[in-house]
Amino acid sequence: MATLSDPPQKSFHISQLIYDTRYRSTTIQVIAFILIMAGIWWLASNVVTNLATLGKDFDFSFLGNRAGYDINQMLIEYSNDSTHARAALVGILNTLLVAFLGCVTATIIGVTAGVLRLSKNWIVGRLMTVYVEGFRNIPLLLWIIVIFAVMTEATPQPRDFRGEDAEASMILWDSVAITNRGIFMPSPEWGANSMLLVAIFLASIVGIFVYRSMARKKQEQTGVQSPVFLVGLALFFIPTLIAYFILGRPVTLNYPELGGFNFSGGLQLRNSLIALWIALSLYTGAFIAEIVRAGILAVNKGQTEAASALGLRPNRTMNLVVLPQALRVIIPPLISQYLNLTKNSSLAIAVGYMDVRATLGGITINQTGRELEGMLLLGLFYLVTSLVISGGMNLYNNSVKLQER
Amino acid sequence: MSEIHSETSTHTAYVRTEMLPEQAPPVTAAGPAKWVRENLFSSVGNGIMTILALYVIYYILSHTLGWVFMGIWDAGSLSECREIRDGYIAEGRWAEHTEVACWAVLSDRWHQLLFGFYPPEFYWRPILALVIFGVALAPVLFDNVNRKMLILTLLAPFICYFLLWGGSIWGPLVVAFGFVIGFACIKYGALPLGALLSTLAAIVLPLIFWLFLVGPITGVLNSIAPIGIEAVDSDNFGGFLLAFVIGAAGIILSMPLGVVLALGRQSDLFIINKFSVIFIEVIRGVPLIVWLFTASLLLNYFLPPSANFDLMLRVIIMVTLFSSAYIAEVIRGGLAALPRGQYEGADSLGLNYWQAMQLIILPQALKISIPGIVSSFIGLFKDTTLVVFVGLSDPIGFSNLIRATTDWNGIYWELFIFIGLCFFICCFGMSRYSQYLERKLATGHR
Repeated sequence: MATLSDPPQKSFHISQLIYDTRYRSTTIQVIAFILIMAGIWWLASNVVTNLATLGKDFDFSFLGNRAGYDINQMLIEYSNDSTHARAALVGILNTLLVAFLGCVTATIIGVTAGVLRLSKNWIVGRLMTVYVEGFRNIPLLLWIIVIFAVMTEATPQPRDFRGEDAEASMILWDSVAITNRGIFMPSPEWGANSMLLVAIFLASIVGIFVYRSMARKKQEQTGVQSPVFLVGLALFFIPTLIAYFILGRPVTLNYPELGGFNFSGGLQLRNSLIALWIALSLYTGAFIAEIVRAGILAVNKGQTEAASALGLRPNRTMNLVVLPQALRVIIPPLISQYLNLTKNSSLAIAVGYMDVRATLGGITINQTGRELEGMLLLGLFYLVTSLVISGGMNLYNNSVKLQER
Repeated sequence: MSEIHSETSTHTAYVRTEMLPEQAPPVTAAGPAKWVRENLFSSVGNGIMTILALYVIYYILSHTLGWVFMGIWDAGSLSECREIRDGYIAEGRWAEHTEVACWAVLSDRWHQLLFGFYPPEFYWRPILALVIFGVALAPVLFDNVNRKMLILTLLAPFICYFLLWGGSIWGPLVVAFGFVIGFACIKYGALPLGALLSTLAAIVLPLIFWLFLVGPITGVLNSIAPIGIEAVDSDNFGGFLLAFVIGAAGIILSMPLGVVLALGRQSDLFIINKFSVIFIEVIRGVPLIVWLFTASLLLNYFLPPSANFDLMLRVIIMVTLFSSAYIAEVIRGGLAALPRGQYEGADSLGLNYWQAMQLIILPQALKISIPGIVSSFIGLFKDTTLVVFVGLSDPIGFSNLIRATTDWNGIYWELFIFIGLCFFICCFGMSRYSQYLERKLATGHR
């Protein structure tokens, strides 16, 4: 009764490689693999020949050589005696700095504009439409250049702050100066015991989270709601403030002062950073506004109505019903906007901000003539950053997505 | 009796026998007053926001309207503009310290911002190419256009290339013939060779033709019949012409590549799938500006030493690869949105892979992804401004060149506003078109 017979053993024909679906996919893959490898081999052999004619080799040791150029903004120690690798690191940190600042402000701007665009107020809604369409339809590069021009042309020079009846004055109780060389603001001076203060501040933040989880557990068990926000606010400020005065004011502010031709002391935010930051935030914010609007509109009206029927107040409806569902729609495109912002920060070249493209991909390549190696490292950096951002955000996305069977 | 009578009479007094005419609602519940009440002052917070918004609008307009509309259009240089303005102020026609725009820079240099250094006697060629491009796009964008126009759509890239760069007519013709070979392989080779071999032939034969035969054949044809128009060098392209050429070339060339990559990413074949994924992720993970620098610094390393591409061609190659990765993702979304039954239906009809794709899957997937494709075209068009960093003169590059002359040194806003306005009109038009498509497609699905 054996209905299954052994497959015919010796009846394999060459034509089966093409016509038999069992073998065809392998055939196709082998051919494709050979073609792709041939293409890669062709490109690689071209590189080898071209490098040989130019008398260059493929070598990353230039990273250890003395860089010999200055960088005007650095987050870590750097001088022109440092190595090219150090310069690249300074650039990487500058890129990450502007990308991080941009992501934060773009989210704030975008969420505000997106919500306001849905507001019942006709004029505010139209104003936000103008903002969104204006920024989405004009190249980012133009915005960066325009904002940089505003920062350098329309702001006073440091010498305008001089004298009794100066043309310009510092704002916020004489602490912040907006000049055409950048914004000068007070910087914190870390004295003795300041680390203790920081530790207390961090501990109180941990305390806020602990208190929140305790409050949630209590609510789930007894139904009694605790005042989470007010206690959190108190925990945020009070312990740190008390410790600040008990420890004898360990942290002081270093105010910028006009001396010579320029301000000295304090913290200088360069125009290039500010222009790039503002432009990236406003531009990406316009895209985020549309994402937020689409996300809120995507939540079924019945959900709001059902929440009201259960007796939830409007703000609880928003927090517990609408926003969690909207977030699910909002987060995936939001991730790609963060990626876009990070990649767009390479437009720093337009305003002379020293990001990684300017140090590693610009001056280092020009000085050493290592185009191939430099561009490879630069591309690798952006690739890794993109993958890390999208990986991290996808983890978050997985935690808020719809739990399905 | 009288009581009853009086009772009924009081009753009848309340019974109305005729309808009252409709009355207009109270003033506060109708017309503009109601609208203002509901839309602007529905609550205290809303009222504050309205007043704040009105103040912002007033502040912006009061500072810009005069500057824009009193602007001077007729002058040869910025200093001449200022003289005219000072003259008006001295005459007392304008108040002290009036600042006005100097639009004269546009009437003086508009042709450079639009065409770059393209020879003025040939301005008709890019304009004609733009018209042909628009006509060729019509059957793709609107479905009530005659289908026969699609032939023009296929020919348009070659016609536009010939018009823009000029030179001999045989080059574009012979290159176009390579596509004919590929098409013939798919169309007539499927029966005798089978689907796989004909597909392979359709890829390999045109490549061999372009690599080894185009040069000699063009040379022979040129020596027999030298037909052509005067050639224009790539260096002469600039301004919005450059942005349009790079943008259009990028999108046209990247469409087929994007479709192939999307199919590769959806494919079950392991090697093809993985290579598509790697290509797409690597391209998308790195900013366009880095790719452009790669094109200008490195692309010559990857090509045979004999090949000498000019910078514009290299940039177009890079932009094409870049946008094909993005288009592939858009089309992949369209492919994923198709119900499984469409694939199964194609299989049950006995269609082979390419027939199924061409007749059933791709038309629907592309239809779904048109809005996404349009928005990636908008992005690509805006990104053409980045070519300024590798030394091409796009509109922003030309604004720098114009500012570098002594006549117009120190002029900013007028140029920025003009460039921004041009980009805004193009991109806003495209986004409105894609919204129109979305609405049209949405009705088709419900």
